[in-house]
Amino acid sequence: MTAVGAPEAARALKGARGTGLRSWVVRRLLLGAGQTVAVVLLVFALTEALPGDAAVALAGDQPDPARIAAIREALHLDRPAHERLAAWAGGLLHGDLGTSLTSGRPVVTYLANGVGPTVLLAALTVALLVPVSVGLGVLAARHEGRFADRLVSSVTLGVYAVPEFAFGVLLVTVFALRLGWLPPTAVGYGSDLLAHPEALVLPVLVLLARPVCSLARLVRAGMIDALASPYAAQARRYGIAGARIRYLHALPNAVAPAAQQLARTIDWLLCGVIVVEALFVIPGLGTVLMNAVAERDVPVIQGLAVVFGLTAVVLNLAADLVARRFAPRAGVAA
Amino acid sequence: MPPAPLDDSRFPGLRRRGFLAAAGGVAGLGALALAGCGGPGGSGAAAGGGRPRRGGTLRAAFAGGGASETLDPHRTNLFADAARAKALFDKLADYGNDLSAQPRLAASWEPDDGLSRWRVKLRKATFHDGKPVTAADVLYSYRRIADPKEGFRAKASLEPIDLKASRAVDDRTVEFVLKRPTAEFPNVMAAFGAYIVPEGAREFDKKPVGSGPFRFVSFKPGRSTVVERYDDHWDGAPYLDRLEFVVANEESARVNSLLGGQVEYAHELTPTTARAHEGKGQIEIVRLRNSAMQAFAMKTDRAPFDDERVREAFFLIADRKELVEGALSGAGEIGNDLFGKGYEYYADGLPQRTQDLDKARHLLKKAGADGLKVTLDTSDVAAGFTEAASIFRDQAAKAGVHVKVRTGSKDTYWADTLDSGTLASYRSGAMPIESHISQRLLTDSTTNATQWHHKDFDALYQQAQSTKDKKERAAVYERMQRRLYAEGGFLVWGFADWILGTARNVRGVTHQAPANTLHWARFDKVWLA
Repeated sequence: MTAVGAPEAARALKGARGTGLRSWVVRRLLLGAGQTVAVVLLVFALTEALPGDAAVALAGDQPDPARIAAIREALHLDRPAHERLAAWAGGLLHGDLGTSLTSGRPVVTYLANGVGPTVLLAALTVALLVPVSVGLGVLAARHEGRFADRLVSSVTLGVYAVPEFAFGVLLVTVFALRLGWLPPTAVGYGSDLLAHPEALVLPVLVLLARPVCSLARLVRAGMIDALASPYAAQARRYGIAGARIRYLHALPNAVAPAAQQLARTIDWLLCGVIVVEALFVIPGLGTVLMNAVAERDVPVIQGLAVVFGLTAVVLNLAADLVARRFAPRAGVAA
Repeated sequence: MPPAPLDDSRFPGLRRRGFLAAAGGVAGLGALALAGCGGPGGSGAAAGGGRPRRGGTLRAAFAGGGASETLDPHRTNLFADAARAKALFDKLADYGNDLSAQPRLAASWEPDDGLSRWRVKLRKATFHDGKPVTAADVLYSYRRIADPKEGFRAKASLEPIDLKASRAVDDRTVEFVLKRPTAEFPNVMAAFGAYIVPEGAREFDKKPVGSGPFRFVSFKPGRSTVVERYDDHWDGAPYLDRLEFVVANEESARVNSLLGGQVEYAHELTPTTARAHEGKGQIEIVRLRNSAMQAFAMKTDRAPFDDERVREAFFLIADRKELVEGALSGAGEIGNDLFGKGYEYYADGLPQRTQDLDKARHLLKKAGADGLKVTLDTSDVAAGFTEAASIFRDQAAKAGVHVKVRTGSKDTYWADTLDSGTLASYRSGAMPIESHISQRLLTDSTTNATQWHHKDFDALYQQAQSTKDKKERAAVYERMQRRLYAEGGFLVWGFADWILGTARNVRGVTHQAPANTLHWARFDKVWLA
């Protein structure tokens, strides 16, 4: 694709493909590993700082001190924090995430059970998010200042302002309870959501609503800038077709900031989307996390922190790579 | 009434009377309940009724424990756990609608004259693998619950039993030896979580074997539990073919899935939801009265509540009607500073307390507590808590008391407020009045949230426990309750309804059973019309 036109972009890209890229990736990965360790330590420290522990949470409204002490002993919570952290970190090096305090089941099964629905939701959302938001952004940029632009801009701004929970309740009331077109929740379907695709429509819509708005607005802004840039003007002077300029020359530059925003969005999707999971009864990682915090189930929280931390690092790395490739002149810092 | 199914949720009186005949000279258990409480014995079934029909699957949505749920019946902690345990397992006894103990796996019980040795005869019942329920299973289950290394919830309830000395007389007779006379021993057998499991059972998540009305099919923690009819259940096979428990923590999700036809039973709805759908014909709203006591707990061992005049002033500050209307959205009834309205032994002869600000001010003045400042601990831990706290703050201001509301963490609230603070929002589910006293109001009670320590009160409790005659015992309970009414630490302002919703074709759901009792969340007598 770089063979035609856009000589500046092609030249810059060649530079990025050199040895600099490899050391940059290695540096980024090392940084990422450090970040993950920091996240895990921070999460451990924060859960330690929370009032009460699993024994207190388990005791609930029967806070019999003797019973709490017994639970505490059975769960080894009476050991000092650094010993528990060391035991857990030791297990982690062998790929063992430990066992839940409340059920005694391995943390890995929690993650394995929760990851399916969350990844499915996230994948569907992203699959729809990219074409829809890019389409809307390009549409608005093409009609800058005219009716289509004003419509897209005001609708995206309006929808962005509605909290997910309210939006979800609204959708359920209209489409599930009033019209009866779609099931109101995914209750009872468990992780077998693909067998009930109709149950996914509303959750995905709620998940899409806000990221579509922010991405479309970013793409629009980037696109307007790119179309007004000297190289676009140059391309136009060469007599290259408008569509070609838009999609091959301007769009990659417009997408660079959007790619980083997209990475953050995926991150956000994976890190629970707690509201959507709770509202539609989808047993994903968000639900697991929420229960684990309520139960002070530290090993599960730590396990999730490791997974979320790694995901965030990898996604941001990928986004920076994409941005470097599409808009190398932006000079993405390591 | 249709041709009578032999369904004891409709005719608990019959069963109770039958039991009394069998138990012969036993200290008239349940007799007072029969005489005193017309309510629970009445029509137990849901509106509609009709002839029970076999078949179908009922899906029930509960707020659950998420991925750490377990099917171990001795670990029951949440309502969802209790409902599931009840489907799969049986207890020796369970609580009737008035919280008196009703026989279940125990066909009868008989104490010796000293009330410290109880002979319990088991009925003919089998576990799901076909093996009979024996005395050995009972002793194994109780010993497991009492294991000092574990923190099983029913452990405190079983404390009166000397399990070392207790023994199996024969396959179907257990002799329980108690550490002291315990007239209310049947309450111990009915305690929350005191389920009978087969001897040696340790693992429950894979294929739990119980003797309950339903047998295990599948279990996915935090998602769904499926059970099916057990045809050989001693109490008659359930009408439903299958029963599925699903977990939906969000109330809106529970009610939406009910409205959308995804479940037929939704547990724990809010008063707002109930008002929106009651009588509209789309779903049935069931209100279980007297399910949750709502109170403020005053710590009676420290200032300012170590002065009983201050406590009485606080009793008089509360406008109970306003609290029920405001904090419970009207879904409940007012309290009279005593636990267990409508339950067996409840002292219902005492005059209803009403707001009297003049008298409250006067009492505070006499106690030297003008311009009193108190901190009220509360939390989101139960519905209506924070609302009740702010309503009470405003009511107290009218009597010149400055109440500062402090909102604590809901995950640790109960442990936080057990010993610290002076005034706290409090709530309790249904339990017999005797259990309420023994768990919360004796000097050595484990959860004494009002720090009520009185040797003479303890002595009255011991006296009640060693009184074989039921009438005399009731009189002792009344004395204790009079004392609590006059100067206790619980300002009981209301009793919240427990609200649930069912699809219109669901029949046989009991309306009178407080949450946690035998007929609550009981699906073996429910059918789909």
